[in-house]
Amino acid sequence: MTNTLTMNQQGIGASVQRKEDERFLKGQGQFVANLRLHGMQDVAFVRSPIAHGFITHIEKPENHLQNIFTLEDLTGVKPIVANSGLPGFKSSEQYVLANKKVRQVGEMIAMCLAPTRAQAEDIASQVFVDFDEIPAVVDMRQARAKDSALVHEHWGDNIFLETYVGADLGPVFDKLRQNAPIQVNRKLRTARQSMAPMEGRGCVAYWDKREAQLVLYTAAQMPHINRTGLAQCLGLNEGQVRVISPDVGGGFGYKGILLAEEVCVAWLAMRTKQPIRWIEDRREQLTANANCREHDYDITAYADADGRLLAIDCEAMVDSGAYSSYPFSACLEAAQVGSILPGPYKMDHYRCRTWSVATNKPPILPYRGVARTGVCYAIESVMDDIARMAGLEPYEVRLRNLVQAHEMPYDNITKKHFDSGDYPESVRRAVKAIDLDAWRARQLSIQPDGKKIGIGLSVFCEQGAHGTSVYHGWGIPMVPGREPAGVKLTPDGVLEIRVGVHSHGQGMETTLAQIASQVLGLPLDSIRVTLGDTGTTPYSTGTWGSRSIVMAGSAVGQACKILRTRLLKIAAWILKEELETVQWKGQAAVGKNASVELKELATIWYLKPQLLPADVDTQGLEVITTYQAQRDTGTFSYACHAVAVSVDPADGKIELLDYVIIEDGGVLINPMIVDGQVIGGAAQGIGTALYEEMRYSQDGQPLASTLADYMLPGATEIPAIRIEHMETPAPYTEFGQKGIGESGAIGPPAAIANAVNDALSSLGARVDELPISPFVVLEAIKQSELKKMKVIPS
Amino acid sequence: MKSANFIFNKPETLELAINLLAESQGMGKPLAGGQSLGPMMNMRLAQPESLIDITALAELAQTEEAERDITIGASITHAQIEDGLVADPAGGLLRRVAAGIAYRAVRNKGTLGGSLVHADPAADWINLMPLLNATMLVAGPQGKREIDAVNWMIGTFTSALEENEILVAIRIPKLSSDARRSYYKIVRKPGEFSEATAGFLIDAPRNICNALIGATDGPPVYLSEAKELIGELKSGQAGSLTSAALISAGLEPDTHAYRLHEVAMLRAAALLDTKEGEMQ
Repeated sequence: MTNTLTMNQQGIGASVQRKEDERFLKGQGQFVANLRLHGMQDVAFVRSPIAHGFITHIEKPENHLQNIFTLEDLTGVKPIVANSGLPGFKSSEQYVLANKKVRQVGEMIAMCLAPTRAQAEDIASQVFVDFDEIPAVVDMRQARAKDSALVHEHWGDNIFLETYVGADLGPVFDKLRQNAPIQVNRKLRTARQSMAPMEGRGCVAYWDKREAQLVLYTAAQMPHINRTGLAQCLGLNEGQVRVISPDVGGGFGYKGILLAEEVCVAWLAMRTKQPIRWIEDRREQLTANANCREHDYDITAYADADGRLLAIDCEAMVDSGAYSSYPFSACLEAAQVGSILPGPYKMDHYRCRTWSVATNKPPILPYRGVARTGVCYAIESVMDDIARMAGLEPYEVRLRNLVQAHEMPYDNITKKHFDSGDYPESVRRAVKAIDLDAWRARQLSIQPDGKKIGIGLSVFCEQGAHGTSVYHGWGIPMVPGREPAGVKLTPDGVLEIRVGVHSHGQGMETTLAQIASQVLGLPLDSIRVTLGDTGTTPYSTGTWGSRSIVMAGSAVGQACKILRTRLLKIAAWILKEELETVQWKGQAAVGKNASVELKELATIWYLKPQLLPADVDTQGLEVITTYQAQRDTGTFSYACHAVAVSVDPADGKIELLDYVIIEDGGVLINPMIVDGQVIGGAAQGIGTALYEEMRYSQDGQPLASTLADYMLPGATEIPAIRIEHMETPAPYTEFGQKGIGESGAIGPPAAIANAVNDALSSLGARVDELPISPFVVLEAIKQSELKKMKVIPS
Repeated sequence: MKSANFIFNKPETLELAINLLAESQGMGKPLAGGQSLGPMMNMRLAQPESLIDITALAELAQTEEAERDITIGASITHAQIEDGLVADPAGGLLRRVAAGIAYRAVRNKGTLGGSLVHADPAADWINLMPLLNATMLVAGPQGKREIDAVNWMIGTFTSALEENEILVAIRIPKLSSDARRSYYKIVRKPGEFSEATAGFLIDAPRNICNALIGATDGPPVYLSEAKELIGELKSGQAGSLTSAALISAGLEPDTHAYRLHEVAMLRAAALLDTKEGEMQ
């Protein structure tokens, strides 16, 4: 907790510059594509050009037969399977190379090997595949129709999983429909997106003869999980596999997966006994892997005349794509919708039915914020509608319905345990920071350029670092448990930290070192952090779910505390004092009369053992321990986003005029890094709100194959985001810190959509989909004009 | 996404370049900045057997100022124009339009001639050159010839350049000191290709009153007697003349594209009253 933290200029709460910057800012990072191994060869994949069909023939060029591999060559390789234990879940088998049928554009059919990627692509271009095409399942609504084509024939339908929270509440909702003074309904859609980290995927595999071990370098968030999955697919024991994830240029969920490419490349490295490499290019990323965010909501909210929320009723669909990805499965997202849709609000009744729908699209992956971004958009849209119906400012409706500070901790309607915080205060601060009154005044005056002004806000909480009790219920292949960390002193007093989580931009080499520095007093340049290598770090489910600074950070803290106790024992002996009188101050053990530095204690332990007592603590200066929060139901960071926009009714363009985020991430380890996380996340949220969209043709062809067509926000699209922090300590974590890595990406679509609709309200128009492209805005205005024309009696 | 194999040449004279191009029998491609051809080759949408790098050719890198016009070499980059390193016959308009092309990294390499030969209707020079009544100077095995910029673009990604010809330079008439010109494009975000482009040029001493509608599915529509059209647009309302112009550009009324082009025309007309005369 904060009050136990002593000041340390490099410890918890210090905005120190990142240790990683030294190499990253000089272009000296060591990413997978930087690896140069002797004899390394490249592969290129022959990928399906169609979305759905049966392979009837594969024609290989005669002169390259030995360098082309299809599924029949991969004897003993098992398909990727990621089942959920939730009742009714239907299993998919994703063969690493197509097995008779292809179910998405970009599905891999053959692997071509050559000394260079260009030559491998030459070979790939000579492989011809014949198909019996069948109709593609492209739209998740149509996928549920009785006469739809089937992605997996033996299922009988296209539903991975259906869930129903509050299925027995029919009579309650019948009554609400009759009696509730305010009833609002929205039908909302969010586009399919392609996560776009700066570094794509990629891997290099080789067989290490000395270790008798497959070594796979891969850009992965969860190297230990990849190892487990890879060993299962290849029929190896895990000791025969080492996964190393070097520097990773952005994860966001895109790299939280066992890839079919990894299995193929690993198999080929074992077969050829040569290093094999595959580096994803941007076209592969866009056309084969647009894999997130596509939701559909039909949400109804009931409120009393004062805008107090009575109930939420929702039917939601998630387009889960063709297969269930390992380890998160095809249903995590939709099932999460059902459990988190109520957001930070109180209500009497809640019902939500969800479908995880299989389509001929890339398998869904949990993108930063996972379902929260869509869910926040859905609930915050109806909260604004309630405000309009009640004649209240939108913020006022939030204040009336949010869980109040004095109610914390609070178990909400879906049994989420909100740990701490003052949600209404974040809204009040946001209203003040954006200066709502000034914008309202400006909104009423006519803008000389014809633009319309709108103000919108969103408030949400983000469950992070949730553990066993939450995940075992999903029954997916990976359930997080106690998080390990290892710390070790060298004889000259350097602390080596080893953790099984990974860093792909989060700056954990710095923040984990800050935590160690807080406990042991060491300067950051005497602390090294090793991540991303199954050969040297303890087993962990890795970095996802905003968990690393909570779980690994706390584990490092606890390991350092254990180490500190051992050092104090040695110091007491050296100082000839009772243990009780020796205290740790700075980086030394201080007794009544004398003190001894950490470095000296390390030197004594390793190199001058003759100075140690006979009954010395035998455990040494290396500690491996595991951490679990006092409650593993997760930390709940929360935020309020407020945005002012202008909408140009002539060309449909939206400009973000001001953007404020009030964020509470508990105790901040490094506020500067948190700001970076929040801003980076918000940039992605702005992409979701206004730009990013992978469209598909009716036959399942992705319509963007370059970044000229798939529009990402750039520096010119991101306003100067103003962040204010609240720091309510988490009650159950080691230092009061909360997970906050995904938060920034959650709030923007809801806040921006609300602001745009606020701006459009004077025109009688409303947008109900993301992204809000100029086309969507103009279409909404046009529809409202048509509606007005119809209303006028002839 | 790596290019198929090709032979690379970097000739030092225009004559040699033309010979190499002729020898390739249609399978060779001149390479200037490579900002479009490079990605197309990497995606194997273009698979030339040979590339003839024309950036070492002196004729293509020169700028010549005459009394009435300025001739700019085809391998002059957007960045050179943006930075004012070549004389601007349109009183600063070229410079500002150049600054709005893609991103600086693209402008550093991309060339005036390369963009014109690539003939993407949503690009900038392909639209601005006819508006300014420029002339394309072309060289081929049969010698040199000139092509009026108005006739340059034949269709999307197709120019009037013959297979064995190279665009050497672009001759642009100097505007009179009191000429009015405007250029407006609608883009989703800075640096993207245009969704709707419009421009006007009123140069009374030279008896010129041009209008241009670009970023359609085909060549830009060029109107040489646009006085009444401009008058209509300056009233702030699109009327029958605007509608006729948009329809002549192949735009269907009541479509998104039509609407955006209408807005671009209105805004370009309004910009005629400003000093700078262009915006995006």
